[in-house]
Amino acid sequence: MSDFPHTPPRQSWTFSNDTNAEIRRAAASGIYDIRGGGSKRRLPHFDDLLFLGASISRYPLEGYREKCATDVWLGTRYAQKPIHLDIPVTIAGMSFGSLSGPAKEALGRGATLAGTSTTTGDGGMTEEERGHSKTLVYQYLPSRYGMNPDDLRRADAIELVVGQGAKPGGGGMLLGQKISDRVAEMRTLPKGIDQRSACRHPDWTGPDDMEIKILELREITDWQTPIYVKVGGARPYYDTALSVKAGADVVVLDGMQGGTAATQDVFIEHVGQPTLACIPQAVKALQDLGMHRKVQLVVSGGIRTGADVAKALALGADAVSIGTAALVALGDNDPALEEEYRKLGTTAGAYDDWHEGKDPAGITTQDPELFSRFDPVMGGRRLANYLKVMTLEAQTLARACGKNHLHNLEPEDLCALTVEAAAMAGVPLAGTSWIPGRGGY
Amino acid sequence: MPSFDLGAHGLRALNSNLHALKGQTNETQWDIVNPRGSHAIAVGVDAPVDITVHGSTGYYCAGMNKQATVRVKGSAGPGVAENMMSGTVIVDGDASQYAGATGRGGLLVIKGNASSRCGISMKGIDIVVHGSIGHMSAFMAQSGNLVVLGDAGDALGDSLYEARLFVRGNVKSLGADCIEKEMRAEHLEILENLLRRGEADAKARPEEFRRYGSARKLYNFNIDNASAY
Repeated sequence: MSDFPHTPPRQSWTFSNDTNAEIRRAAASGIYDIRGGGSKRRLPHFDDLLFLGASISRYPLEGYREKCATDVWLGTRYAQKPIHLDIPVTIAGMSFGSLSGPAKEALGRGATLAGTSTTTGDGGMTEEERGHSKTLVYQYLPSRYGMNPDDLRRADAIELVVGQGAKPGGGGMLLGQKISDRVAEMRTLPKGIDQRSACRHPDWTGPDDMEIKILELREITDWQTPIYVKVGGARPYYDTALSVKAGADVVVLDGMQGGTAATQDVFIEHVGQPTLACIPQAVKALQDLGMHRKVQLVVSGGIRTGADVAKALALGADAVSIGTAALVALGDNDPALEEEYRKLGTTAGAYDDWHEGKDPAGITTQDPELFSRFDPVMGGRRLANYLKVMTLEAQTLARACGKNHLHNLEPEDLCALTVEAAAMAGVPLAGTSWIPGRGGY
Repeated sequence: MPSFDLGAHGLRALNSNLHALKGQTNETQWDIVNPRGSHAIAVGVDAPVDITVHGSTGYYCAGMNKQATVRVKGSAGPGVAENMMSGTVIVDGDASQYAGATGRGGLLVIKGNASSRCGISMKGIDIVVHGSIGHMSAFMAQSGNLVVLGDAGDALGDSLYEARLFVRGNVKSLGADCIEKEMRAEHLEILENLLRRGEADAKARPEEFRRYGSARKLYNFNIDNASAY
């Protein structure tokens, strides 16, 4: 036996422990992994951008003294009743069915306290959600579960959903264990079966049809209600341009960090573009059409902090939307529940089997024992606190850049830490004047 | 009897007038002339009135209808009576694709043929087609009844849930999880009622139809059924 030391064990980058574990899981089960949430891989993101702040050529505004406004109008293009929100952070569409009734109520309460909107999801509009949401956006989805003209007319805006960032080109699945009597009734389907949500709308195909569909929705609502079009981050330049052409008041753009209640992991991780890469393309489409700020852009997918909000707005968005972060604010994946997460074979922060309906936090479940643990009043208060903190953070950054409104932030206020982020965001690499793809160094 | 010239007054004025009809109204008979294939004619109506469209229509005629009886004296474009809640829609001619899509109630009668995806994702509506229907009809149909006096195209009832399909003629092929089922007395009763209400009882008898429905094998995901997806 040699006295020389052995080569230490070396793990493969290609066949990592996670990769091998998934191979073994697939071999044992014969089925792909289904989970909730958005992409978990490391992606170029807002963390790769920095604000430059004020200097000799830019003077800042005084914190706590000089006003930095945060309000936003959505739907000013055609709707006779556009929405006015106090803050540019909205709550994204999440279904009753994937979420419990109390969780939906909490989203409405929190959004209302913070002066913003919340959004229905695949499964229709619930009374607790409508009742507790001052401003409620009603999603018009391919499944049309629960769709009816009365709810269309009592919505404050309509969001025609073409796709979502977690799975552009994919439909949805609500597994049977979450199909309670109430969920089944709202969706006109038997209890306990897997409920599929189609990937395409049943009565239109393509941008020309979408224009006619928007016309129909406007006629039904007497042109009162703003109509959004939501797209996943697939081809944001063209999808934005086509949405404008079809008559949208607002484009909602969801990057691949955007969450879902449940879909295949392979879909979440391998389809779509990072949110950071999507925004400039959408903004360029609006600018090329002369519609920037006339058709508003709402961006979602991985928004977590006021810094993310400020950066998205600096890149040209009018508002952002949060889903996963809102659930965390309500109590999802809280380490206080670690013991229960362990029983489910996971750990706080990593729990994503929302489709199984066993959420110990009572948020992504239809089990009465579990969802009764969740206090919608407290949840709403927590969400409102979080939204206010995000807004304060965004204001802090905007003042530092000398802006008296969040919408006055601009790409010129930013630099990028990586070449990739510089190329995607269209801002200079830090320390240079170089924007990859645009020449100059 | 209000007569509305769509060519002269435009779509917005038409639907605005129809939406203003609430509950008890004396304006119960509406004639719409010069429709010129316009889209979204008489959408979102919520009143027990009779509306006759004198000519052919574009997309989504009578979409989301509640209570009203809408008759199209011509043919209808895509998505006629889409998401209808209640009431009756009658098309004297043919209907394009997606007729009655996602409809939740009421009765849609098509005197001619219907194109592809008739009754797609239907959720409680009853549809009677005097002629034939195109491919992928009743795709993911959840509930309600689809009655076809003629033939059905490819992949009828693909991924069907609890809707009942009755076809008198030939079915070119059945979609995934759709099978022929026994015609029992209660189904003949449903058919008799729908044929009468669909103004088709003089053309066909319930005994001439075959019934199709869901095999319910795809209701819960099973890897062994992967080849069906």
